[in-house]
Amino acid sequence: MNLSPFRMTLLGLSLLIPAALCAVVLFLLIYSGQAIGFNGLHFVTDINWNLGDLYDDPVTVKGIQIPSGANYGILVFIVGTLLSSFIAIIIAVPLSVGAAIFLAEAVPPRIRPVLSMLVELVAVVPSVVFGLWGIAVLIPFIGHYIAPTGNGYGLLAASIVLALMITPIIATTLLDALMQVPKENRESAFALGATHFEVVSKAMMPMVRTTLVGGIVLALGRALGETMAVLMVSGGGINILPTSLFSPISTIASFIVAQLDSAESDPTNMAVRSLAEIALVLFIITLAVNAGAKILSSGALHVRKRQH
Amino acid sequence: MSASVSIKAAKPARSAQEVRRIIGSNIGWVACGFALLCVIGPLVDIVAVIAIHGLSAFSGKLFTTVTNGTGGGLLNAIEGTAVLSLGAMIIAVPIGVGAGIYLSEYGQNRLGSTIRFLSDVLTGTPSIVLGYFSYIVFIISLGWGFSVLAGAITLAILIVPYLARITELALRQVPTSMREAGFALGATEPTVVFKIILPGAASGVVTGALLALAISVGETAPLIYTAGWSNYTWDGKLTHAPIGYLTYVIWSFIDQPFAESHALAFAAAFLVMLVVLAINVGVRLVVKRA
Repeated sequence: MNLSPFRMTLLGLSLLIPAALCAVVLFLLIYSGQAIGFNGLHFVTDINWNLGDLYDDPVTVKGIQIPSGANYGILVFIVGTLLSSFIAIIIAVPLSVGAAIFLAEAVPPRIRPVLSMLVELVAVVPSVVFGLWGIAVLIPFIGHYIAPTGNGYGLLAASIVLALMITPIIATTLLDALMQVPKENRESAFALGATHFEVVSKAMMPMVRTTLVGGIVLALGRALGETMAVLMVSGGGINILPTSLFSPISTIASFIVAQLDSAESDPTNMAVRSLAEIALVLFIITLAVNAGAKILSSGALHVRKRQH
Repeated sequence: MSASVSIKAAKPARSAQEVRRIIGSNIGWVACGFALLCVIGPLVDIVAVIAIHGLSAFSGKLFTTVTNGTGGGLLNAIEGTAVLSLGAMIIAVPIGVGAGIYLSEYGQNRLGSTIRFLSDVLTGTPSIVLGYFSYIVFIISLGWGFSVLAGAITLAILIVPYLARITELALRQVPTSMREAGFALGATEPTVVFKIILPGAASGVVTGALLALAISVGETAPLIYTAGWSNYTWDGKLTHAPIGYLTYVIWSFIDQPFAESHALAFAAAFLVMLVVLAINVGVRLVVKRA
């Protein structure tokens, strides 16, 4: 192995990336240690998040100082996160599949780059701008025309905004895969007398199914961690599980941001530690989902190789 | 008359099943077109709504005065976004490009793929998790308070994996024969990398840096817990002083009950979107032409 200073410098720089990741996990773990001990499994099964009486003297429970009456349960936020992301996926999948098919097969090759660039641009619009649009356009629309009660903020608004944000991920993944389907497969389907749409839906789509699933899981990972847009349109519900599409919700990510001020005013720092535990839970969930996407996409590669 | 009849007769009539299939296919195409419209339509609406509201809030005051509690200008926020993004770039570009060079030139081994994998994990980590990590490390443990440095480091952690990946892909495009030619002339490794490979991949590396800049200009969540917010322009301190930024204005001022605040939020959104879309559209147009 060549150990020149030049290579060592480059290696050192690239090792900073894994180092940063390890630091994130390690510090979150160390800092939330006391909270993990205090909260136990109740953390993920309890629906009440109560900072306790911040002005009363702290009490000592299990050897740890906490504000009196404090209770940290995040089931509501886990449910909010999973529910909003799953509804977003349900909305986003048909839209992105339709859009990708249309772009790949129905649009003249000359204007395809323009339209696919527009789809890609949806993905680069900052989250907070989506949130602003949600407040200015989507919320009044839901409030007036769709929601029977309430003001439009809630689960449905959050899911729709999330769906818009993740469609480009699924659509571009699928578009790339559709463009790679070998010409022979399309032509043999045409030769059997299939209509153009049947060629796409019955001959091409089954070939790219694994890639599609990989794209969906990747999009799910993105939706689970989305913060600002959800925070702005979700209504910020806490301590109650959502009962309808119009219930106010909080996701794990949006709740962390929303709690900044209250956490800072806790003299025992227990709230800050519990928030670190929440961040850890979010990290683990997204890690699991992204790992799933990775496994699926490597599987997709094998399928394509076999077909060649 | 008889001719046209015979032509019609020559073409076999479509069976009911065929007609059903053709109708079904046409419905399918219409649905797909509608889906594409549903994807692109909101983008057009977002750009239009924010351009109209944002531009109507534009005035000279916007660029010369600072924000107050409910209104004012955006001078401090514009300056803060510039300081934070450039600070993040100063930290991230050397690391990201260096890592990209390593992965492309020497990373075809186990260590390289491990770094690549962990880099992907970091890319997939929600930005709020990174922000909260910085909060407990820099703000609480190191006691910096909300500060420029904490914000810039957080943004840097966020964009380094992108930079490394795009740099690696760009360097791989440089033909191996160019490296071999360099070495054959007796050039050292640093010379080959800096004088031959990097210049050859310059457009790709610059593209990556610009996209990373667009990401850091548009980010909000990791900054809320690290940069804080300030109504004043930057006093030059790296730690122990919060700083304002444009995306914060969008998030917090739209929640206020005043029309003046809303106008400011839209103006900030317009500026952020202008930068982000200009970079992304520009990069794509240039790359396509090259």
